[in-house]
Amino acid sequence: MRTPRMFSLAIDWVEARTGAVAFIAPLLTHHVPRNAKWWYVFGSATLMFFTIQIVTGVCLATLYAPSAAEAWESLRYIDEQVPFGWMLRALHGWSSNAMVVMMAIHMLQVFLHASYKFPRELNWVTGVFLLFTVLALAFTGQVMRWDQDAYWGLGIGASIADRIPVIGNQVRGLLLGGPIIGGETLSRFFALHVFVLPGAAIGLVGLHLALIMKNGISEMPKVGATVEPATYRAEYEKRMEKDGVPFYPDAAQRDMVFCGACLVLLVVLAAVYGPFGPGGQPDPTLIDTNPRPDYPFLWIFGAVSLLPPASETAVMLVAPLVGVLVLVAVPFLANAGERAPSRRPGMVLIASLAVMAIAALTWEGKTSPWSPVMDGWSALPTPGHFLTGRTPLQVQGANVFQFAQCRNCHSLDGLGGERGPALDAIATRMTPDQLMRQIQQGDGNMPAFGRNLDSAQMTALVSFLTTLRPEFEAPAVIPGAQLPLPVRRMPGEVSTPVAAGSQ
Amino acid sequence: MSDPHQHPTAESSASGGDTKPCVNCGCAGKTATRDARRGFMFRFGAALLGVGGAIAAVPILGTLLAPARRQSSAWVSLGRADAFPIGQTRFATFLNPIRQPTDGDAAKTACWVRCISPGKYQVFAVNCAHLGCPVRWFAQSRLFMCPCHGGAYYEDGSRAAGPPPRGLFEYPWKIDGGNLLIEAGHLPGLEQST
Repeated sequence: MRTPRMFSLAIDWVEARTGAVAFIAPLLTHHVPRNAKWWYVFGSATLMFFTIQIVTGVCLATLYAPSAAEAWESLRYIDEQVPFGWMLRALHGWSSNAMVVMMAIHMLQVFLHASYKFPRELNWVTGVFLLFTVLALAFTGQVMRWDQDAYWGLGIGASIADRIPVIGNQVRGLLLGGPIIGGETLSRFFALHVFVLPGAAIGLVGLHLALIMKNGISEMPKVGATVEPATYRAEYEKRMEKDGVPFYPDAAQRDMVFCGACLVLLVVLAAVYGPFGPGGQPDPTLIDTNPRPDYPFLWIFGAVSLLPPASETAVMLVAPLVGVLVLVAVPFLANAGERAPSRRPGMVLIASLAVMAIAALTWEGKTSPWSPVMDGWSALPTPGHFLTGRTPLQVQGANVFQFAQCRNCHSLDGLGGERGPALDAIATRMTPDQLMRQIQQGDGNMPAFGRNLDSAQMTALVSFLTTLRPEFEAPAVIPGAQLPLPVRRMPGEVSTPVAAGSQ
Repeated sequence: MSDPHQHPTAESSASGGDTKPCVNCGCAGKTATRDARRGFMFRFGAALLGVGGAIAAVPILGTLLAPARRQSSAWVSLGRADAFPIGQTRFATFLNPIRQPTDGDAAKTACWVRCISPGKYQVFAVNCAHLGCPVRWFAQSRLFMCPCHGGAYYEDGSRAAGPPPRGLFEYPWKIDGGNLLIEAGHLPGLEQST
C-alpha cells in the first residue's frame, strides 16, 4: 500500500512543478473518430522511423569522421570493426528509405481522403514542408557516404545549380561550399544533415502534432458529409463527444501493432541485407564509375534523362518550384465541400497518375536504358548464330561492330546497350545504303562515325549488318523498288490510290 | 489587490503604450513616466541587440556566403609535354591547385589530353557538359562517352550525340620548360567553363 502512495505523491510533486500530466493527458485521452480503423497508422509509423533516425544518427555521429579525407575510411571502420556498427548503419539506411515510403503513403491517404480541408489546411502545409525536409535529409545522407555515387551525385547537383541564369555560378559555390567538391562540401552537408535539417524536422513534427491536437483527427470521408467552414468545428466537436473514442487505447492499439510490425520488418531487412554502401572510394580520377542516386531520387534521375534536351534547363529549374507551390496550394484550392474519393474523381485521377509516373520513372531510373553499357564492346560475346555461315568480310564487320563500341548502345540477342535500337533484325528495316548513311552521318542520338571509321571498316560493318535478320523475313529494299511500274492511264480512267504504307 | 495604485491597464500600457489614468487616484503623470521609461529601455535594448547582431553577422554571413565568390584557378603541370603521343588522347591526373587541407582524394583531378601535332594540344575536363558525370575516351571509335545519360563527343571535344548542350569543357594550356601546363581549379560548368 505504501509504494503506490509514494508513487502518486511523487507524481503530484512533479505535476505541481511542471504541469506535465496536464500536458500529456489530453494527448492520450482526446477523442478520435471511431471509424478511422487502420487508415491512420501511417503518420505514426513515419514518426517512429524518424525517431529511429535520430537515435541511430546520434550513434553514427559518435563514430563518423566528417572529413573528406577520412569519411570513407571511417565508414569502412564502422562496418568492419565497430561491434554491430554495420547493423547501426543498416538500420539508419533502411529506416531512411522506410520513412520516405511511409511518408508518401501517409500523404497519399490524406490527399485521397481530403483530410487537408478546413480547418486542417496548415496540417497539410507543415506536412509538405516535412516532406521536403525529409527528402533533403535523404539527399544529404547520401552525401555522408562520401563514395563515388556521393561525389558524382554532387557533381550533378552542381551542374543543375550552374544552369540557373546569371547567378548559377554563385549558387553552385554556395551549394559546394567552394569551387570544387571537397572538404568544405562534406562539412557543409554534414552541418545540414546533423544540425539544420533534423532541427527543422523536429520543429515541424512538433508543429504538425500540435495542429493535430488543435484541429482533431479527421473523420473517414463519407459521401454527402461535406465540409462547411462556418459550422464544421462545432459539429465535429459535437460528433466527437457523442461518437468519438479516446486515442488511448482505442486508436493507439492499432498504431502500436502497425509500428511494431514495421520495426520488426526494419530489423529483419537491416540484418539480412546490411548497410547501403559505401561504394567505391571518392577519388575523382577513378572515372570507371556509373553513378546512380539513392531510391528516393531515382525518379528525378529518370525524368531528367528522358526530357528533351532543349527543355531540360527550364524544367530542371522551374519544375521543383512549381512542385512545391502546387503541393502547398492544394488545401487552398479546395478547402470545403465533399471529401469522399468517389465524389472527387479528378483528385483520384491526379493521385493515381502521380503514383504511376513516379513508379515508372523510378523503374526507368533503376534500369537506365539510356545509359551506354560502357564495357559492352569488350565484355559481351557476339552470339554464335550471327557468325555462322558468314563470309570473311561479314565476320570482319562483326569485329568492327565490337571494336567500334557499337555494342555499347546497340544490343544483339538482348545483350548490349539499349540507348539505340536492338540490331538483331536491322537488315529487315534498312537497306545497305541506308545503313551506310546512318553510320556515316549519325543523327541526334547517334554519333557520326564517318570521321572515325575508314572505308574498309565501313564496308565490312555494313556487310555484317545486312546479315542481321531472321531467315524467314525479307531484307529491306529501297522504297518503291518492288512497286509495279507506273501504268499509263487512258484519259478519264480512275486512278487507284496507293496505300500510304507502301511509299 | 492590496495595492491601491494597481492600474487595470498596466499590462496593455506596457505593450501598447496606452496611458490611461489610474482609476484609483488618477495619477496619470506617474504612469506616463513609467511607460515612457519602459518604452525607452525596450528600444535601447533593441538597439544594443541590433548593433551587436550586426557585428556578429559579419563572420556568420561571411562563412556562409564566402563560397559564392568568383571561382579561382591556377596553372598546374601535367608532366612532360612530349610524354603525350602525337595523334592520341591520353588520361592525365593532377592535384587541384586550389585544394584545401581536408579535401583528401577529392583534390585529385582527371583530364583528357589530346596531342594533335607537336606542340599543339587540347585538354578536356572529364566532366560531361550535360550534368558533370565523368566521360571516358574510346580510342577505337574515337569518341568520348558518358555513362550517365549517354552523351557522346568526338575526339576534338565537339558534341556528337545525346543530351549535352555543348562540347566538352577545355582547359587553357601552355608549354613551359618542356612541361604541359593547364589552368585549372574550380569545377568546370556552363556559366564559367574552365
